[in-house]
Amino acid sequence: MKARLALETGRVFEGNGFGAVGETAGEVVFCTALAGYQEIMTDPSYQGQIVVMTYPHIGNYGTTPDFNESKKPHVAGYVAREFSPMASHWKTVEPIDDYMKKNGVVGLDGIDTRALVRHLRDAGVCRGVISTETLSAAALVDRAKQQLSMSGADLVKEVTCSAAYPWTTAPAASAGGKKKVALLDFGAKFNIMNSLAGMGCEVTVFPARTSLADLLKTNPDGIMLSNGPGDPAAVTYAIDTIRALVSHNEKAKKPIPVFGICLGHQLLGLALGGRTFKLKFGHRGANHPVKDLTTGKVEVTTQNHGFAVDIDSLKGLPVELTHINLNDQTLEGLRHKTLPLFSVQYHPEAFPGPHDAHYLFDRFLGLMKKTETV
Amino acid sequence: MPKRTDIETILIIGSGPIVIGQACEFDYSGAQAVKALKKEGYRVVLINSNPATIMTDPEFAHATYVEPLIPSMVERIIEKERPQVILPTLGGQTALNLAVALHERGSLAKYNVELIGAKVEAIKRAEDRELFKKTMLGIGLSVPRSGVARTISEAERIAEEIGFPLIIRASFTLGGIGSAIVYTREDFLAAARRGLDASPIHEILLEQSVIGWKEYELEVMRDRADQCVVICSIENVDPMGVHTGDSITVAPAQTLSDPDYQILRDQSFACIRAIGVETGGSNVQFAVDPKTGHASIIEMNPRVSRSSALASKATGFPIAKMAALLAVGYRLDEIPNDITKKTPACFEPVIDYVVTKIPRFAFEKFTEADQTLNTSMKSVGEVMAIGRTFRESLQKALRGLEIGRAGLGADGKVLVPKVDDLVRRGAGPEDVEKRKMMEEVEHKLRVPNCDRIFHIKYAFQLGLTTDDICRLSLIDPWFVHQIGMIWDLEKEIRAAGKKMDVPLLRRAKRDGFSDVQLAYLTGLTAEAVATMRKEHVPVTFKRVDTCAAEFPADTPYFYSTYEEEDESLPLSKKERVIVLGGGPNRIGQGIEFDYCCVHAAWAIKECGYEAIMVNCNPETVSTDYDTSDQLFFEPLTLEDVVNVVERTGAKGVIPQFGGQTPLNLAKPLLKAGVRILGTSADSIDIAEDRERFGALLKKLNIPHPANGTARNFKEAEEAADRVGYPVMVRPSYVLGGRAMEVVFDKVQLADYMRRALESHAGLPILLDRFLEDAKEVDVDAVCDGKDVFIAGIMEHIEEAGIHSGDSACVLPPHSLEPKVMEDLSRYTTEMALALEVKGLINIQYAVQNGTVYVLEANPRASRTVPFVSKATGVPLAKVAAMVMVGKSLKDVLAPWQKVIAQKKPWFSVKEVVFPWLRFPEVDVVLGPEMRSTGEVMGIDVDYGTAFGKSQAAAGGALPKKGTILFSLRVRDRAQALPIARAFEKMGYGLMGTEGTAAYLRENGLNIQSVKKIAEGRPNVLDVIKNREVVLVLNTPEGHRSRSDGFHIRRTALLSNVPIITTHAAARAVVEGLQQSRERRWEARSLQDVYTLGV
Repeated sequence: MKARLALETGRVFEGNGFGAVGETAGEVVFCTALAGYQEIMTDPSYQGQIVVMTYPHIGNYGTTPDFNESKKPHVAGYVAREFSPMASHWKTVEPIDDYMKKNGVVGLDGIDTRALVRHLRDAGVCRGVISTETLSAAALVDRAKQQLSMSGADLVKEVTCSAAYPWTTAPAASAGGKKKVALLDFGAKFNIMNSLAGMGCEVTVFPARTSLADLLKTNPDGIMLSNGPGDPAAVTYAIDTIRALVSHNEKAKKPIPVFGICLGHQLLGLALGGRTFKLKFGHRGANHPVKDLTTGKVEVTTQNHGFAVDIDSLKGLPVELTHINLNDQTLEGLRHKTLPLFSVQYHPEAFPGPHDAHYLFDRFLGLMKKTETV
Repeated sequence: MPKRTDIETILIIGSGPIVIGQACEFDYSGAQAVKALKKEGYRVVLINSNPATIMTDPEFAHATYVEPLIPSMVERIIEKERPQVILPTLGGQTALNLAVALHERGSLAKYNVELIGAKVEAIKRAEDRELFKKTMLGIGLSVPRSGVARTISEAERIAEEIGFPLIIRASFTLGGIGSAIVYTREDFLAAARRGLDASPIHEILLEQSVIGWKEYELEVMRDRADQCVVICSIENVDPMGVHTGDSITVAPAQTLSDPDYQILRDQSFACIRAIGVETGGSNVQFAVDPKTGHASIIEMNPRVSRSSALASKATGFPIAKMAALLAVGYRLDEIPNDITKKTPACFEPVIDYVVTKIPRFAFEKFTEADQTLNTSMKSVGEVMAIGRTFRESLQKALRGLEIGRAGLGADGKVLVPKVDDLVRRGAGPEDVEKRKMMEEVEHKLRVPNCDRIFHIKYAFQLGLTTDDICRLSLIDPWFVHQIGMIWDLEKEIRAAGKKMDVPLLRRAKRDGFSDVQLAYLTGLTAEAVATMRKEHVPVTFKRVDTCAAEFPADTPYFYSTYEEEDESLPLSKKERVIVLGGGPNRIGQGIEFDYCCVHAAWAIKECGYEAIMVNCNPETVSTDYDTSDQLFFEPLTLEDVVNVVERTGAKGVIPQFGGQTPLNLAKPLLKAGVRILGTSADSIDIAEDRERFGALLKKLNIPHPANGTARNFKEAEEAADRVGYPVMVRPSYVLGGRAMEVVFDKVQLADYMRRALESHAGLPILLDRFLEDAKEVDVDAVCDGKDVFIAGIMEHIEEAGIHSGDSACVLPPHSLEPKVMEDLSRYTTEMALALEVKGLINIQYAVQNGTVYVLEANPRASRTVPFVSKATGVPLAKVAAMVMVGKSLKDVLAPWQKVIAQKKPWFSVKEVVFPWLRFPEVDVVLGPEMRSTGEVMGIDVDYGTAFGKSQAAAGGALPKKGTILFSLRVRDRAQALPIARAFEKMGYGLMGTEGTAAYLRENGLNIQSVKKIAEGRPNVLDVIKNREVVLVLNTPEGHRSRSDGFHIRRTALLSNVPIITTHAAARAVVEGLQQSRERRWEARSLQDVYTLGV
């Protein structure tokens, strides 16, 4: 079955439809991770985006519920040079084609994905439409142009949970008493909760609009700001909550440690008085070098973001830069100079990607343990 | 942590001669390291006994020692050069073993030298199987059940515990020598004994068999700040049980989920840290149980390896160069990524294509060898291909392999017509022929062998399913399914026939089908397919950039594929010249030719042209992207080369440097309208066509052995009668003495012709009068059409009849009369001019009773070009390349006139090494068929010392005392008399088998007799096994018989006792011992040697 991807720039790629039949639109972005396609597909941060995988063979080891990072796929569309028609892995439950069909993910393969990536790299990410139906190129380009822009879009409301719930995936036994973590769900990946639970934390997941008062009522030892999709500046309610949390901490005898990841990091930056901006083509992959400025060491990280906190906007604020991206020198992490607040732009929870940054969860746990004794 | 400033001089140890398991990848890594460290301002001292390397070019290191890689010599160099540090991690296993030996004899402590890259403790932890296992278990990693044995009884006890099947690995050996998979108790004892013998420390590891598990390798780098990155993951298509060097491998890993992969990544970091490799690259191998995902760590190499060369070429990330920089203290984040220039090297490359590597075997040279692939490496080279899908890269690799295949079958070769025929006539399961074929195919799937990949497709054709094939071969279903997809598409193409339309053609090209395959499948001509392709499905070139296009890159490193967008460079104002590389290494065509290609590229650049390299061998310096201005990593086939020519608009192609592979392309390229630079294709034809060549020699009045050409037995018989027996026979257009033999009578001739016409159908057979007991001489020269430069005259040490590639030789000749030397120069000059050679020419002569005969002339780079360059100090390949792009010889040689004119009071001896140990079934006999894999050079002021050094460098150091064993053919005994006398005079003991001993005793020598094999024990084999003799002199009784001689040679080989099979070599040994036995060898750098005559 023929299918097309049309971009607002006028470029049209013709290939084969894969997965679900239909038409889908979104911001077209590329990801350089070699494996982990199911984790990527189900990462809520990809909400509203058509993801182009740079590695040509996708789907080789099939799919299994074990690799889900949320309840369902969030990508608006999925593009690869070639989706595997068969799956080979001891864990596999179904081939990627079946999985995408079942979950309504429209896919496209057989196109020159490298040409597409080079186009996105040069032109910047842009809006696009994949269709297995309308085959007029001009009409599709028009449709792409009509899509809402990612800038200014609050996509968190589309992916956050509707009501608070405890994370019940069996946590490992903990040595030093359970820490209660309240996690604000802006589109959280399962493995953030799993990583905390794995260290013996008791995690409760809260909707993004939960007020500070409601959070504090649960008496948390720490607050986790999750990853999520869209423009951070549009999530004003969350910025307000975090700002309130910061001033609560300024006054509190026992400040509550806060750890932000990805969108959570951007929201913390905004709440502290910084600004965010949209990157030309974002960082999406599992090989980005990040330098920890506190130790001087480089870690290889998983990334998935289109916006970033502007380093210049943090000047004069009580904020210390802790991590930078070695590829383009953008901000990758910060911490408050006096309060136990810190955040990173990348994904220490991995899945997919390297485990190099897992120490950040330990750091968070350390802070929770330390504030106990204050 | 910037670079260390406490270091002034660094000693780099090379890997020595090319052997199976250790090839030119170490020239690539060493050359990168020397370059990088020199640029950092360090003084670099290099030792490598292999003259055919770029790294040993005198302008590379500050001091270059082409000396034997033995501890005493390295110590002498340390004493002389006083390096602060030694970098042993770039010269393969050889360099690591030397580093350990230097530590153990106290040289490092004595001269206060530090090992950088890896310390002795780390090397030991990685290399010593028991220590390795303990270390891995200590950090919680899983390893196969195992135990270490130093005696047979220990081994038996451990085997009892592990159970069968099990694997035996010998400690401190390379390429899996002494390794074996043992299925039964019966096979066990012999294999264990062989392993113990092979290990220099008499130690073997017995290990639980994980045959059939998935096999992975990770290329890891670590810096002094403990930052670790994975450069590349590699998946073996052939599962555990086949040495990774003999496996088809793919990068990146295809069938690992991200969690699976991250476990391997974490474990490989844990491994490199626990082993303690401080800086540089390491290779970690894993076995993964396909049923549970359980990962076991198999081994780690604390150094750069063949796999890291592959990973470098596969990703564009220069591992060896980085390893060198890390070793002197840099951190990964302090070094810029070579390719993007803007991002740091501290990252993990990602690729957006698939890389497939396929090993190249030389079983045609070792027909008696067991061809089953196992844990002992047997391949002699490899090809790599890049495609956007696995299918495309697999087919490209297969056609680049140069085994006569145009891709994965569909080419009418070998079994294809048979299988096609069975399928066409719809043979059912009861069909006898189909049953036979099915049995063969199933067998080839079950038992790993070098043709297995083709049999997967035959299996599909014959109706087996993916499941069947996976069950038989234990290959992962994903790969088998991919091959099934190729077969499915092939069916569509066959069905379409001549009506193949553009969409189908496009799909076929995207799956890697070559024009030749499509022609076979559709019935169109290859030219018609090419025309249709060029019009409707133009080829595109994509860039290798380490980052999947995330960042712009300038690296001019390209591969072809069939996509929408082409990224090749816009044409610059400079004219472009293409150098064709040599493709995969094989016996007869290896590093020597790559050496020439690299120099050609440099010379072309120097002359103001843009140099473009086309090659597909990942082990080479020529495929380093900064050797040429543009690198196209492509198979060397007409289709692929023409694509590059057309896209780059090159002014011409140079096929002279890469050996026979590109030379065979010259004619078809010319026909396709491509300009061939240098000597014309017609001249090449004259030289290769016996009749035309004979006519030329007649005209020039140059003697040559009577000869003839035959296309059938009758013609051969007539020709043989005319030239007179013995006759040397061989097929034309075949390099490396392939299928060359000396026949002594009509019966032997008939037998030869039957075999030759079978395997070389279509090629004329050449017959030459064989000159018995003649001396053979090689001459390398350069000609520009007007002038001729005689670059080197080499006297072979073995007599004529032994393939020139297998013979040791000395430059300058030490026993030729002035008249002969004059004739050699004159004939060479006359022939070069008559053939209108533009570039190199190599001529082989035989000298019999003062008469010089021409054996053959090759107007192309020869195997000896690098040796001659090193021996004389004149860069021959460079000179030739400059001539080929139009410079005059006079101008090109002007800067070298002094070097050429100066007296050269030194001798250089080239010696070769053989892969006998890999093929214990094969007889250790030299003949007209080339079987050596590599070479070394000994250089000194007298012939004897140079020869002695060459022997030591080749691994057969001449024994300074002890007993020599003589076992000779009757007709050779008289000749051996002076040799035996000389040994006796020097104080050696003599021992001989009955007849030989009796003869020598009659002639007044004091010689001890030893029983022949059939005469009871202790016999001749026992004295060798017990090392009661230090050298064996045995002349063969006509080969291929399983005589005493065969067993003597084999036992000597396996017992590591040097063996000599010709009188000429024995005389050289005597001379070598007489001149150098009493003397301490001096270490002489090339730079010093070249000033000896000034």
